[in-house]
Amino acid sequence: MAQTIPVVIGVVVISFLLTRALPGDPAVYFAGDAADAASIQQVREALGLDKSMPQQFLIYVGDLLRGDLGQSLSSGQPVLTDLTYRLPASLELTLVALGLSCLIAIPLGVLAATRPGTWVDHLCRVLVTAGVSLPTFFTGVVLIYFFYYLTGWAPAPLGRLDFIYIEPDRVTGFYLIDSLLAGDIETFLGALKQLILPSITLALFTMAPIARMTRSAMISALSSDYIRTVRAAGLSRTTILRTYAFRNALLPVITTLGMVFSFSLGANVLVERVFAWPGIGSYAVDALVASDYAAVQGFVLAMALLFVFVNLLIDLLYSVVDPRIGFADNE
Amino acid sequence: MVDLLTIKNLAVDFQTRNGTVNAVRDVSVCVKRSQKIGIVGESGSGKSVSAFAIMRLLDSGGKVTAGEVSYNGIDLRRCSEKEMRDIRGRDISMVFQNPRAALNPIRTVGKQLVDVLHQHSLASRQNARHKAIEALAAVKINDPKSCFSRYPFELSGGMCQRVVIALALACNPRLLIADEPTTGLDITTQRSVMELIDELITARQMSAIFITHDLALAAQYCDHIIVMKDGEIVESGEPESLFGSPQHAYTKKLVSATPRPGVELRDLLPPTLSGEPLAKMSVVVPSNKPLLEVKELSKEFNTKGSAFVAVNKLSFTIHENESVGLVGESGCGKSTTSSMLMRLLDSTSGQVIFNGSDLFNTGLREFSKDKRRASLQMIFQDAGESLNPRHNAATLIREPLSHLTNLSRKEIKTRILELADLVGLPHSLLSRFPHQLSGGQMARVGIARAIAVNPRLLILDEPTAALDVSIQAVVLNLLADLRHQLQISYLFVSHDLRVIDLMCDRVLVMRGGEIVEQGGVNQILNDPQHPYTKELLAAAPAPPVKNDSVEKFRQEESDLLALNTVGF
Amino acid sequence: MSSDLGTASVVATPTQPASYQSQSTLAHIIYVLRDNPVTLIAFIMLSVLVVCALFGHWIAPYDPLATDSSSILQPPSSQHWFGTDNVGRDVFSRVLVATRLDLQISIMAVSLSFVIGATLGAIAGYWGGWIDIVLSRFLDTIMAFPLFVLAMGIVAALGNTVENIIYATAIINIPFYARLIRAEVNLRRDSGFAVAAKLSGNSDLRVLVQHIFPNTLPPVMVQVSLNLGWAILNAAGLSFIGLGVRPPTPEWGIMVAEGANFIVSGEWWMAVFPGLALMFAVFTFNLLGDGLRDIVDPRKRK
Repeated sequence: MAQTIPVVIGVVVISFLLTRALPGDPAVYFAGDAADAASIQQVREALGLDKSMPQQFLIYVGDLLRGDLGQSLSSGQPVLTDLTYRLPASLELTLVALGLSCLIAIPLGVLAATRPGTWVDHLCRVLVTAGVSLPTFFTGVVLIYFFYYLTGWAPAPLGRLDFIYIEPDRVTGFYLIDSLLAGDIETFLGALKQLILPSITLALFTMAPIARMTRSAMISALSSDYIRTVRAAGLSRTTILRTYAFRNALLPVITTLGMVFSFSLGANVLVERVFAWPGIGSYAVDALVASDYAAVQGFVLAMALLFVFVNLLIDLLYSVVDPRIGFADNE
Repeated sequence: MVDLLTIKNLAVDFQTRNGTVNAVRDVSVCVKRSQKIGIVGESGSGKSVSAFAIMRLLDSGGKVTAGEVSYNGIDLRRCSEKEMRDIRGRDISMVFQNPRAALNPIRTVGKQLVDVLHQHSLASRQNARHKAIEALAAVKINDPKSCFSRYPFELSGGMCQRVVIALALACNPRLLIADEPTTGLDITTQRSVMELIDELITARQMSAIFITHDLALAAQYCDHIIVMKDGEIVESGEPESLFGSPQHAYTKKLVSATPRPGVELRDLLPPTLSGEPLAKMSVVVPSNKPLLEVKELSKEFNTKGSAFVAVNKLSFTIHENESVGLVGESGCGKSTTSSMLMRLLDSTSGQVIFNGSDLFNTGLREFSKDKRRASLQMIFQDAGESLNPRHNAATLIREPLSHLTNLSRKEIKTRILELADLVGLPHSLLSRFPHQLSGGQMARVGIARAIAVNPRLLILDEPTAALDVSIQAVVLNLLADLRHQLQISYLFVSHDLRVIDLMCDRVLVMRGGEIVEQGGVNQILNDPQHPYTKELLAAAPAPPVKNDSVEKFRQEESDLLALNTVGF
Repeated sequence: MSSDLGTASVVATPTQPASYQSQSTLAHIIYVLRDNPVTLIAFIMLSVLVVCALFGHWIAPYDPLATDSSSILQPPSSQHWFGTDNVGRDVFSRVLVATRLDLQISIMAVSLSFVIGATLGAIAGYWGGWIDIVLSRFLDTIMAFPLFVLAMGIVAALGNTVENIIYATAIINIPFYARLIRAEVNLRRDSGFAVAAKLSGNSDLRVLVQHIFPNTLPPVMVQVSLNLGWAILNAAGLSFIGLGVRPPTPEWGIMVAEGANFIVSGEWWMAVFPGLALMFAVFTFNLLGDGLRDIVDPRKRK
C-alpha cells in the first residue's frame, strides 16, 4: 500500500507531461481562430503557460486538488462533470463483462485443470489461444452482424437504452440498479438487452487470461506437496479441491484480475465505439477526433487513478486470502 | 508376529513421452506388526514409487500393472476409492520430504489437523481444537496452543516436519510410511526428528516403512532393510548382516561407498573389474608454510536497519598442501565465509593474507583482473547449477583459460584435453551441454574448470552433497588424488563429518558465525571438546560395524594423521 | 547416472579423438519444428505473413487505392475474392497490402521496447540498489495506466502519426520486458554459473552480458512473440478509433472501422476480411511463442 502514493505522484507527473506536450501552442488553440497576438497572449497568461514548468506543475496539481480537469471544448462543460456523468455507463459495462467472464472462465479453468486431456481441457486451451487473438472491435462487429442483422435477436447497437424506454431516475448512474430502484422492470430488461452484446464482446476478450491463469494455478496447486499430504491423510476430493487447491490457486487469479481489469478499461474504449455506448471511452474518442485535449488528458488521468484504486482493493483482497502478505512485504 | 502389510510381486509402469518405463518390478515386501522396515536405494531406484503405489497415490501416468497389496487382510488394489480414503490417514499414513512444502501455506496448522480429524470422524465440532492440540503436543511441540493458530511459514523446517508427523499420526494409524523424512534438514534436526518418529512408533506399537537414500540412517532405525536398484529388490536382511556381509554386488558397492569410521577413501570404491588393486592413495604431507591467514574476519548484513552478524571475528590458517574442513549447519556463516575468501564479497572488518599479500588490497570489481584470481578457485555444491546451460563442456573448461591465462588458442585446446584426462572425462563428452551430462560427469566438468588455471587454494562447497553415495565415493577419490597431484590446498565445506574425516587434515567447526572449535581431524572426531561438536558427532548416523579389520584401520589412520598434523 | 560407475577408475581414461562440434543451429531449428507440430504450423503461418508483407504489392490483383464507382459494395466473387468496399476498392488487395504496414509497426515497436526494456531490466536486476528502486517505481507508474488508454494519450500528445503509434506501442510494452528481464536476471545473479564466471576472470559487465543475459532469453522469447501480437492489436485498435494511420492507407484496423459502418446493413465482407487477417496475424504470433523459446533454449537440444 505504501507503493500507491509514489505511483499516484508518478501518474500525476506523467499526465502533466502529456498535457504540456500537446502539439502546437495551446494558447493559439484555445484563443480560437479569430484571435490576434494580444488575445493569444491573454489566453496564455490566463492558462499560466507563461510561467516556468515547475510553477505550471504546481498550478496543475492545485487544479487537480480542486477537481479542475479543465474545460471540454466540445461539450463546453468542465471535464470532471462530463467524466462523472459518463463513468457509470463504462463501469456498468466493464463490471458486467468481468462478472460474466469470471463466471465462465474460472469454472472452466478449474474443470480443465482437474480433467487434463479431456474435452473441457481442450476447449479451455482453444478458448485461451483464440481469445487472446481476438480484436475486441472485430468481435463486436461480427456479433452485431449475427445477432442484430442476421437473426435480429439483439437490439440495435445504439447505446444503453432503446429510445422507446424512459431513462430511469439517476441515483447511481447504473441503469440496471436505477431501474430496479425505481421498480421499472421493463426498463431493466431493456437496459439488460442493450448490455448483452457489448458485455459478451468484452467478456470474450477477458476470459482468456482468467481461464488460462485459473487452469495453470489449479494445476500447480494440485501438483504441490501439500495436496499429496492431504491425499495421503485421506481427505475427500471435495475438501481437497475446495479448501486446499482452489484457495491457493485463487492468489494468482486475483492478481490476474487486476491486470484484466486494466485491459478491459482499455478495450472498453473500442467496445463503446462499436456499440455507440455513451461511456467515458467513447467520450475520449470523440474528444480525440475533435482535438479536445483537456478532455483526453482528463480521461487518461481518471482511468489511471481508477486503476490505482482497483489495485489497492486487490491488494487488500490478497492480504485477506494470503496470510504471508504483510510478513514478507519487503519483497 | 502377524503380517500387517504384504506386497507380492508388485510392478508399476509409467507412461512417459519416451514410452513405458518399468519403475518397479517384482517387488515383494512383508511388514509385520511393530516392525520397522527400511527401503534404501539411490535416486531412480523405485523406492518412493513403491510407497505411492501402496497408498494408490501414483501420479497420472503411473499404473500398478501386477502384484498384490494387502493390508490387514484387505486387498488394497481392489477396494473402492472411498474405502481407500478411509484407510489413508486412519490405517496407513505418510510423512514426506520437504516438510515446509508438505503443508498448505495459507491454512493454519491447527485447521489442517482439524480437517484430517473431521474426515475420519475422530473429532466433533466441539472437541476438534482440543484433539488437534493434543496431536501437536504428542510430537513435542512447545506451546501447542499457539502453534495451533500459526501458519507453516512462521515455523522452522524441523517444526514443520513435526507438524507433518502430527498430521500423519493424528488418527492413530497402524502403519507409517516415511519417505525421506529428514532429507534437507540439518543433521541435528534430522536426529531429533528421527528420534521422535522412532519413539512414537515404538510407544504406539506401530509398524513403519522408512524410505531413504542413506543406508546408515536406515541401519540405525530399522529392524530390516531392503535394498532397491532400478525398480527391483536386490537384497534384504538385518542391518548388521547387510553391513557385515553384503551378498549382492550392488549392496556391496553401496555399503563400501558409505563413509564410516575406520575406512580410507580407497575403501569406498568397488574393486576394479580386473581385480587389480587400485593405486594406493598417496599421503600428502601439508607444509607448515601458511598459504591463507584469516584474521578477525567479520561480516555484517544490514537489512531494514537491523544488522545481522553472519560471520563474527573468524581467525584461522590454511597451510600449503593442507586440506581444512569447515563444518556447520545451515546459517552458520560458512557460505558467507567462502564468498569472502573467494573475493566475491567484501568483509565488514578483518584481514585475509593470501600467500603473503593482503587479499583485500584489490577492490571487489577489479579483482577479476587481479593476478591472484587464478589462484583462488571454487567447486560448487550443485555442479549442474554452476555450469552455464548454454555452454558445452569444452567451452565451460575454456572459460577460465581464456580469461586468466595467456595461452594461445592451440595451447588452450591441448590444455582442455589434458584437463579432461586428469578428471576422467571422456573426450567425446566435451561437446555435450550440461543437461546432457550425468551428475557425476557434471561434477567432473566443474572440477576441471576449477583446476584449469592451477589454483593454489580450492574451496569445495559441499561438492558431493547432491550426489548419490556411490558417485560421491568416486568424486571424493578424484579430489583427493588431484590434491596430491597438483599440490593444492583445500577448504572443504561440508555438513558431513564422515566425509570431512576422509578428506581433511584439520577441521573448523562453525556455529552462529563463529568457530567454536578447531583442531586436527583425528582429535575433533575422537575427542571433541565443545558440546556442539559432540552434538554434531552424535547426530551423524553410524552404521553398525562388526568388522575386526576396522579397529586396525582406525589405528593405522590415527597414526598417519598424527604424523601429518605434526606441522600444525 | 550409473554410467559414472563404469569410469570409476580414477586416473586413466582412454583418450578419444577430439571431436566436440555441437549440433548446428539449423539442425536444432529443424529438430524443434519436427518435434512440435504446433510450432511447425506457426512457422508456416508466419511465412505466409512474411510473403504477404514482402510481396503483397506484387501479388495484389488490383491497386489497393484505386476506386471504381462501377463496382461498389460488391459481395465476394471470383473477380473480387473479398468483395469491394463502398468506393469500389478491391478488399482482397487492400488486406494483402496492409500486411506490410501492420507487421512493420508491431516489429518496430516490439524491437524498440525489447532493447530499452531489456537494458533497463538487466541493469536493475543485476546491480539492484537505487537504480532498481527508481526503475521499479517508474514501471509501476506506467503500468498504473490502462495501457491502451496510455497509448491513446501518448499519440494524442505527440501527434497523430504512424511513427508516434510505434513509439506509443513501444512505451507501453517496455514495462513487460523490463520486469521480466529484471526478474530473470535477478534470479540468476547469484547462481552458481554466474559466480563461476566471475571466478573465471569475467568482469561484472561480461558476466551480465555474456553469461546471465543469454540465459534469460527462453522465457523472454515467449513474451516477444505474445507482444508482437498485442502490438498489432494495439496499432489496429488505435487506427480503429481514428489515430495514427489515416485513410485511404490500407490498414486492417481502419478497414474494420470503415466496414463497421456497413455491417448493420449486411455488407459484412468489408469488416470481416481485414478482421480475419488481423486475427490470423495475432494468432500466428501467439502460437509462435513456445517454438521460439525452444529454439533459443539449449536445454531443448537433443
